Amino acid sequence: MLALLLEAYEYFLANQSRFWAAATQHVWISSAALLIGTAIGLPVGIWAARRAHAGQWAINAFGALRLIPSLAVLFLAQPYLGIGALPALVALTLLAVPPVLIAAYAGVRNVDRGVSEAARGMGMTAAQILWRVELPLALPSIVGGVRSAAVEVIASATLAAFIGGGGLGIFITRGYALFDTRIMLVGAIPVALLALTVELALALVQRRLSSNAGMAA
Amino acid sequence: MLPRRPLLPRLRGVNVRYLIDNLPYVASLFGQHVLMVGVSLAVALAIALPLGVVCARVAQLRNIVLGVLGIIYTIPSLSLFVLLIPFTGLGLRPAVIALVAYAQLVLVRNVVVGLTGIDPAIVEAARGMGMTGAQILRQVELPLALPIMLAGVRVATLSIIAIGTIAAFINAGGLGLLLFDGVRSSNPEKIIAGAIAVSALAIGANGLFWLLERRAAQATHTG
Repeated sequence: MLALLLEAYEYFLANQSRFWAAATQHVWISSAALLIGTAIGLPVGIWAARRAHAGQWAINAFGALRLIPSLAVLFLAQPYLGIGALPALVALTLLAVPPVLIAAYAGVRNVDRGVSEAARGMGMTAAQILWRVELPLALPSIVGGVRSAAVEVIASATLAAFIGGGGLGIFITRGYALFDTRIMLVGAIPVALLALTVELALALVQRRLSSNAGMAA
Repeated sequence: MLPRRPLLPRLRGVNVRYLIDNLPYVASLFGQHVLMVGVSLAVALAIALPLGVVCARVAQLRNIVLGVLGIIYTIPSLSLFVLLIPFTGLGLRPAVIALVAYAQLVLVRNVVVGLTGIDPAIVEAARGMGMTGAQILRQVELPLALPIMLAGVRVATLSIIAIGTIAAFINAGGLGLLLFDGVRSSNPEKIIAGAIAVSALAIGANGLFWLLERRAAQATHTG
């Protein structure tokens, strides 16, 4: 294994420009999908939390959508949207929406009714209650949703290489085509490190926020 | 009348011809997938149940075990499959190893949550009736924790089904084969067949475990 790792490292050194281009592409497409996914999931989740019936319906629909395996979502982009980075971005965005949406819904839903009532009693408008009370209290849950979405998107972006979306997965597909494990490792190890780093960073943010929210409440 | 031209030339309807024409083949891959998921789930449960019970009892161990399992869960599945190749080669075995490893976090966590959420007064009452620790675990605690544990089994099964499709990449077979073959040969009908079959499996498994969960919840309420 150690010899294999060294060989993988040599391959990495010999192909640095290609590696960094793929890594940049991976980070770029993941960030874009996460950003757009959050921009869609967050408002819809908040909206759903404030509408009892329609909200429940929307949550169930997205919950059902989430049952479709991510590989299927990603690969279905090929026949319907074609090959390249854009179809991959659309598919990755679709994967990012449900975790954020459901977390935003749960976060706002779980805010103590008494707290919102007290804010209303103090004369705050609905918009003020949302921005100054409910959202800050729901923030740890929302960050938790973004965290699951980020890990999911980074992992799935690896699969984007199969539909021509680039990213670090290209080393895995290339290594597989050439029966060369060390090339596959050049893709597999950085992706794992990237996912772990983002997961740990967002977990720290989430913990910070929940201890702050705990004090505020 | 103007000749109708499709707005997006690439956009096709859901073409299920491949699925219908090759139903026996798709069914055999479906069977392979169910087998892979079933074996993985059985092995995963055999590890997670005792591990969860121990973690529920020993608080210091709990954070360490759940932390390690969380790290494993975060590793992208394609990465883990590749990392396993030097040790196990290709095939069903590394796939099952990876699927068992992924399932641990959800399974162990829900066993812990289920057991630690039980009212201590109930356990005390059982002890007062002269039950031994093993009896309390088997006859009182595990039945009470069952609904939450089953919820964990449902979520774990769904992720095993999903990650199991990616396992086709390391020659583990299953429905992922249709997806990978379809993409490699640019055969949309094959991709659609694979997506429909694996989604049906996930939705079916979700419904089945959801029913079991509800049953268990009703049983704990009446019993």
